[in-house]
Order: sequence, then C-alpha cells, then structure tokens
Amino acid sequence: MSVSKDQLIDFIYEEARMLDEGRYTEWLALWLADGQYWMPLDYKQSDPINETSLLYEDMFMLKLRVERLNGARTFSQKPKSRCHHVIQRPFVDERDGDRFVTNTSMHYVETRLDEQQLLALTARHELALVDGKLRIANKRVDILNCDAAFRNIQLLP
Amino acid sequence: MERYAGNPSAAAALVEPNQVHRDVYINQDVYKLEMQHVFANTWVFVGHESQTPAKGDYFATQIGDQPVIQVRHKADDIHVLYNRCPHKGTKIVIDRQGNTGKFFRCPYHAWSFKTDGCLLAIPLKKGYEGTDLEKTASGKGMKAVGAVKNYRGFIFARLAEEGISFEAFFGDSLSSLDNMVDRSPEGRLEVVGPPLRYMHHCNWKMLVENQTDTCHPMVAHESSAGTAVKLYEELDLPEGAPKPPAMEIIAPFMSPYEFFEGMGIRTWPNGHGHTGVNHSIHSNYTAIEGYFEAMTAAYGEEKAKAILDENRHNTVYFPNIMVKGPIQQLRVFIPLAADKTVVESYIYRLVGAPDELTARTAMYNRMINAPTSIVGHDDLEMYERAQEGLQSDGMEWVNIQRLLEEGEDFTEEAVNNGTTERQMRNQFNAWAKFMTYDVAAQEAAE
Repeated sequence: MSVSKDQLIDFIYEEARMLDEGRYTEWLALWLADGQYWMPLDYKQSDPINETSLLYEDMFMLKLRVERLNGARTFSQKPKSRCHHVIQRPFVDERDGDRFVTNTSMHYVETRLDEQQLLALTARHELALVDGKLRIANKRVDILNCDAAFRNIQLLP
Repeated sequence: MERYAGNPSAAAALVEPNQVHRDVYINQDVYKLEMQHVFANTWVFVGHESQTPAKGDYFATQIGDQPVIQVRHKADDIHVLYNRCPHKGTKIVIDRQGNTGKFFRCPYHAWSFKTDGCLLAIPLKKGYEGTDLEKTASGKGMKAVGAVKNYRGFIFARLAEEGISFEAFFGDSLSSLDNMVDRSPEGRLEVVGPPLRYMHHCNWKMLVENQTDTCHPMVAHESSAGTAVKLYEELDLPEGAPKPPAMEIIAPFMSPYEFFEGMGIRTWPNGHGHTGVNHSIHSNYTAIEGYFEAMTAAYGEEKAKAILDENRHNTVYFPNIMVKGPIQQLRVFIPLAADKTVVESYIYRLVGAPDELTARTAMYNRMINAPTSIVGHDDLEMYERAQEGLQSDGMEWVNIQRLLEEGEDFTEEAVNNGTTERQMRNQFNAWAKFMTYDVAAQEAAE
C-alpha cells in the first residue's frame, strides 16, 4: 500500500483535532510502543538524553500524563485546561519506504481560568506505516521562544 | 502600606516563633525591603564558573532585583559587576551570556570598561576636561558588588560593601556543596545547557519553604506520583523486568509519612538546612556501571563510599537556592515582585563520571522541575492558591509550628525529625536577622 501526500497531511490534522477534543485514548493508540515525544529546551538542541529538555517522554510517561488529567486529586486540573491548535499545511520532508517525516508550523493556545497563552511551534513527526495504518514513531515539538520563562504548559501541543 | 517603607524593623516584627504575618508574602513594600536588606546583606548565588570558562566570558543574571554580570577577568579571577553603564544607566549586556573580548563597551555612547569594571576610555574625552569626572562614581567605571567568592566553582556575591564573611555566613552548611562536587572523580562540575525557566505568580519564599516541606509530597503529588504507581502496578511486569525510568524518579514522592519522618532534617545557622540526613528519595537509584570504580580510583574505596553514602535530598542555602547533591541540580528562586518568582533549574555534569549520570540528572530536571512537568504543575497550583488565599482578611497569620520546641536556638546546628518545620522557622529567623543586619550594625556603631 502506498501512502499519498494527502493521507499524511490528513493524519497530522486528525492528530491535532484529537488533542483539541481531548480524545487521548485514541491519541495514545496512534503511537508505536517505543515512540518518544520530545520538546527541546534549547534552540536547535540535538541531544535529548544528556541535556535538559522540556519533555522527552516514552509511552509510560505519556499514559501517566493523560491518566493524571482526569484524576480525582489532580488539583491543577480543577478546573480543566483546554487547548487549540491552528496548523499550517504540513510539509512532507522525507519518504523512505514505510517511513515518513513531516514538518508542521502551528499556533498552540492553552487556557485555564483567566489565563491564556499562545505558543508558536514547529512539530516534526516521524510516521510509520504499520499493518496498513499510519502511526507516530516519534514527535519533536520546538517552541519558538523556548528560552522564555513559561507558565504551566499542562496539555500537549 | 506605608508602615513598612524604609522600616526594616517593622518587617522583622512580622516573624514570630510559631507563625509569620501574611505581609511577608504579599506586601510589595516588604518585598522592596527584602531586596535592600536581606539580598544585600547575605551571600547570594550568582552562577557557576563553567558558565564563564574563558577570559572575557560573561553571564548576565540578577541578585534579588539587581541586574549583575558575572565576568571572567583573568584565568583565575571572576568578577561580579552591576549591569549598568555608569554614564546613563544603559544595561551593558542584554544577552544572557557571551564573550566581550578584552573590554565591555556601552552600546549607547561607547564608554568602555575593563572586565574588572575600571573605566578604559570615553570618546571625545576632552569634553570632560576640568569637570572633575574622575572624582565622581561615574568616572570610576562599572560598579562592582561588595564582595565575591568562588567556592569550588560556585560564585556567590554579597552586594553590601561591609558585612558577614562568606565562611561565617555558610559555616558547616558548605558540606552539601562539597558533597556535590566530590561526586566528580576529578572534583569538578560543569554546567549542562541552559536552565529550565519557570514563572510562578507567588512569593519566592513559598518555593524556598517547599524544598524542606516533607508533608506535602504524598498529598499534593498524589496526582502524579500516585498515578505513576497505579499505572505501574497495572502493567503487571514480570519480576526483574526493568522499571520505567519514571518510576525511579517520580514514585518515591509517594513514600509514606514514616519515610519522611525518618529521613531527618538538619538546620544550620543563618537559614541553611537540608532534608535527607539518613536517607532520601534519591537513595535507591540504580548503580551506574563504571562510576564507583572511577570514584574508588580517585579517592580510595573508603572515601568514595563515604561520599556516595550521603543522600541529602534538598539543601537550602538561604536566601534563595536549593541544591541536590546526589543528582547535581541547583535551583535558583529569583524574586521579581512580592507575587512573582522565576525559578531557574540548572544541572551539572560530574567531570570524569559516566554520561549516564548526566542523563539521569537531565531526566530528573525535566520530569520534576519543568513548566511541562506534572510534578511542577502540582506544586505551582499550591503556591498560587496560597498567594490568592492570603488575600483573605479572615486570618492574617501563616502557621509554621510543626514540631516546634520551646526556646529553639538557631545559632546551633540541629538534627530533627524529618517532618519538622524547623527549617522554615530557621529561614525566617535568618530573614529577620539580615533584614535588620545593617540597622543593628548602625546602632552598635552609635
């Protein structure tokens, strides 16, 4: 089965919609078991392991993050945060057999109570075609102002 | 609001043995007094020498609300200067770090200064002939802080020209910094990358107090650490299967009260103290291959064991840093206003040790102290609710009397039950002392 450019782009749009609508069970199911979600701390950071990042999370951490959002004693989510992605049409940067790399610029808005913050982001998805379905192999999200002092970022861009 | 302005003694009176008045957290005049007295009379952390390794390297930060520059003037000589041109006040550097070469040059009128602050040159200098510029403070150059100390790579400064010595201020509390540095087989640390920067809408002291608050983890962090434990149990992994890294880092936060009672708290004079006298949440980390061998080769087995058997949890250096020796982390709580604090969390590499140690430290930093960290979210929520709750006029005092003993003497080192709030009382005792330190000195002189 070959994957068209439109299918790749639709996948990125659909993922953003899942996150905006809080459909986390579906979202987690998009990931391959050994996937990593990386949000670097430094501009153009190349090492996720031996330097501090904002996020570098395996499936256990991502599940924990999602599970926590609905916990009875998750006080920082009373009331809950909401998020909103506005994404530019993704570029398909690489295709290699069943592996694909896309690059997507977006504005990410997260809000809770009276606060709302806007982040300008670039997401780099490594996608894989497994058993006829597109999956997330890895995801890297770079924040334009990564060196700024942030308030809480509680949901996932 | 007028009652505190210019009156440090009125601020010091807000501290009682078992409670503090809310104005220490919410009053902007008290905040200004803290900047003028507490942050001027104490030794405040500036940066690490590895942030300015070469001549002319600088690092811009702040001591309290004072913008300063840490700069390497000579190979073994680091200076701390106010980041202000003596001419019109322009900040000399605006980027957080860089290299200025042989001199600083103000971007406004090109006054230039040696890297020890001395005035080097002024364009069209004849315009000042006969004006006695050299007799003014402006004519001397960039002003240096009162005193600077490089302690095993950590740069501290005292803004006040006169005051307590570095050794008298820290005393035996330096053993925590020593232990962190000794964990390098070469006795040397290097900063790794930029710090996490996390903005809190609360008073800086709430964050400092939380470092030795051992009765909050199992409550406030139940959402993160408790959920981690639950998820792990649901995984039902076969015996001996490697644990997810998150379990090693986050799960110990759910330890029971007895664990924290037994870990012990040590307090030292002048507001310093640490949790984890006997054991800590860092005690049971997996051994990393090759590290103990490198330590033994450097120190001999006995000393290597003694260094690594220390598992101090959080050491607070009054007024505003915390270090974690076992994982080489340092957090600075920079006060921006009575209700605004930026936290910068740095990590260091143990020179000569395996990279896996740095990897664990980086993991701890992002899992616990990032603006994206679920544990960080738990904490910030509590601080900011407290900042808002303190606006309530129903009560004006904040309680700090867990395990209070009669006639506590903070001039003596003490070890207590790990759930005592003695370290919070110790900090406020030091806060009142340094708030009125120059008043007391002035009175003594009169």
